[in-house]
Amino acid sequence: MISPLMLRGLWAYRGFVLGSVKREFQSKYTNAMLGAVWSVLSPLAMILVYTVIFSEVMRAKLPGNDSSAAYSIYLCAGILTWGLFAEIVARGQGMFLDQANLLKKISFPRICLPVIVVLNSLVNFGIIFGLFTAFLLVSGHFPGAVFFAIVPVLIVQVLLAIGLAMIVGVLNVFFRDVGQFVTIAVQFWFWLTPIVYPASILPAQFRPVLDYNPMAPIIQSYQTILVQGELPHWERLWPVTLLALVLCVLGMRLFRKRAGEMVDEL
Amino acid sequence: MGAITVSGLGKAYKQYPTRWSRLAEWMLPFAGQRHRLKWILHDINFQVSPGEAVGLIGINGAGKSTLLKLITGTTQPTTGNVWMNGSVAALLELGMGFHPDFTGRQNAYMAGQLLGMTVDEITALMPQIEAFADIGDYMDQPVRVYSSGMQMRVAFSVATARRPDILIVDEALSVGDAYFQHKSFDRIRQFRKEGTTLLLVSHDKQAIQSVCDRAILLDGGRLAREGRPEEIMDYYNAMIAERENDTVRQAEVEGKLQTVSGTGEANVSDIALLDEHGERIEVVDVGSPVTLEVRVKVNAPIPRMVLGYMIKDRLGQPMYGTNTHLKQLPLDDVKAGEEVVYRFAFPMNLGPGSYSVATAIVSTDTHLVNNYEWRDLALVFTVMNMRRPHFEGSAWLDPAIDIQRT
Repeated sequence: MISPLMLRGLWAYRGFVLGSVKREFQSKYTNAMLGAVWSVLSPLAMILVYTVIFSEVMRAKLPGNDSSAAYSIYLCAGILTWGLFAEIVARGQGMFLDQANLLKKISFPRICLPVIVVLNSLVNFGIIFGLFTAFLLVSGHFPGAVFFAIVPVLIVQVLLAIGLAMIVGVLNVFFRDVGQFVTIAVQFWFWLTPIVYPASILPAQFRPVLDYNPMAPIIQSYQTILVQGELPHWERLWPVTLLALVLCVLGMRLFRKRAGEMVDEL
Repeated sequence: MGAITVSGLGKAYKQYPTRWSRLAEWMLPFAGQRHRLKWILHDINFQVSPGEAVGLIGINGAGKSTLLKLITGTTQPTTGNVWMNGSVAALLELGMGFHPDFTGRQNAYMAGQLLGMTVDEITALMPQIEAFADIGDYMDQPVRVYSSGMQMRVAFSVATARRPDILIVDEALSVGDAYFQHKSFDRIRQFRKEGTTLLLVSHDKQAIQSVCDRAILLDGGRLAREGRPEEIMDYYNAMIAERENDTVRQAEVEGKLQTVSGTGEANVSDIALLDEHGERIEVVDVGSPVTLEVRVKVNAPIPRMVLGYMIKDRLGQPMYGTNTHLKQLPLDDVKAGEEVVYRFAFPMNLGPGSYSVATAIVSTDTHLVNNYEWRDLALVFTVMNMRRPHFEGSAWLDPAIDIQRT
């Protein structure tokens, strides 16, 4: 899937990859007076909106849990992790198109670009999720050792996102419609996943639909870990793990086959 | 280290009749190909040996940039391959990827990383990069306040911070102020001395002739000609003048190729350098008076005839050139069968060396409007210093010296 040549290229350009990640982070905030605070404020605002609207205005409660703090945690568990997934896919679809100039003029290992996208998204996620974890610790909602069960779930989720991002990113160079389509599709996908609402409020006849949504078991695993403080149902994650690996292999094959032609098309 | 071998190199772009046909081709791989190949380069073969400097010329669209992209590896060849050994630095587009909000220093790091250097290496090279870019305090200001010249200075300094085995330079160098152009050319010459192989693309005759050992002319995506820079440049100039009717021809004169082109309404039937007694000479003493005599045979009526000549040194660099249009002595309504003798008298104020004379019979002051005949290397002569104290250079600028000691 990944050739040794690709890895060697990536290693030789590690400085470029890390430098790009650092610079992208800096560039976002160098000209803003509040600097990095903005990277926290915007997701915080979103969480606030959802909490206020759903738990206060619409009086949404989690079944079997009365506190509105539990709902906020439920929301965060879903929205923050979904945010990571959506960011990788959204930036993945534009990663080659946006760097057209660089790709056309300078010879460097192309695999650097997806790596930079993933690392950047992970940095953003790390900041906001770190804050969320701090909040859990301070407010006494930290689930304890179970918390670390999110690591394997996170790995599966990132793999799924990478696979999709590679496929979409390469296809988008040749068929510009793909990017537009993916943006809309991800929006629908968000609402078709039990993030803002619990799956249990869905009418019984719609619930089997969730079985075909690969993101549903992932998001539900986070919620199980962070809200209920229990280990997720690992067996429900196998299909999505398999899917993630297949998408990654397909994405890499597509990338390797079309990388040369891609530059001609930009 | 530093050899480039290009064999059978070709590049074609895929052209699909509609947006949907690519999708159809991808989805139905067995239904056959739906694209047409648009060939940009065909079967390019050449070699550059280590330490050699080769110039690449051709009109816009001849395929120079595509060839460079293939050599540097930004695009994949459709046929053939490129083989290189040693480290490669390509100055294709300077300042690529510079971020306007970051300082020159930060951008220098980024540009260095894009060339595959590590932070430590760049840090070690930084004093030298800064010194060469020579933009002072601007180094720590955001690039958005830079002039394009300053940006280019930083970019060039980073790209050439380390001596590569192979240096590939596109017309990039024609940007920037004259001072920096000299500086960057000096650096390239220095690299050459230390053994770097150079591949230079330029329209600049001077650049090609003063730096390169050999030149390659691309025309219509094919390698049209390969040879000594002066010959190729002459051929190239003639080619530009003769886009429509292709009558460029070259003939060997005294071991050098003479390029003759033009529509042929008139031609130089004889050319000679005469001394003060009217004798033909080939060797001239520095500073002695000479007359350049040019006989023009008119083959067809010409409404306005202008004769120009250019004296060039052995590298093909112009020493002096003028014509009868600039001197306001054009001839009107020249009849077929006439013979016109031009005599240009001047002191030979050139330094010792071998020089050539090119002639042009035209209607205005350029050969691009009507080119009746263009003849390179029409005459070759040698200047020797027989009577004067030794001096350096290709011009005789003898000073009257006044020294005061107090």
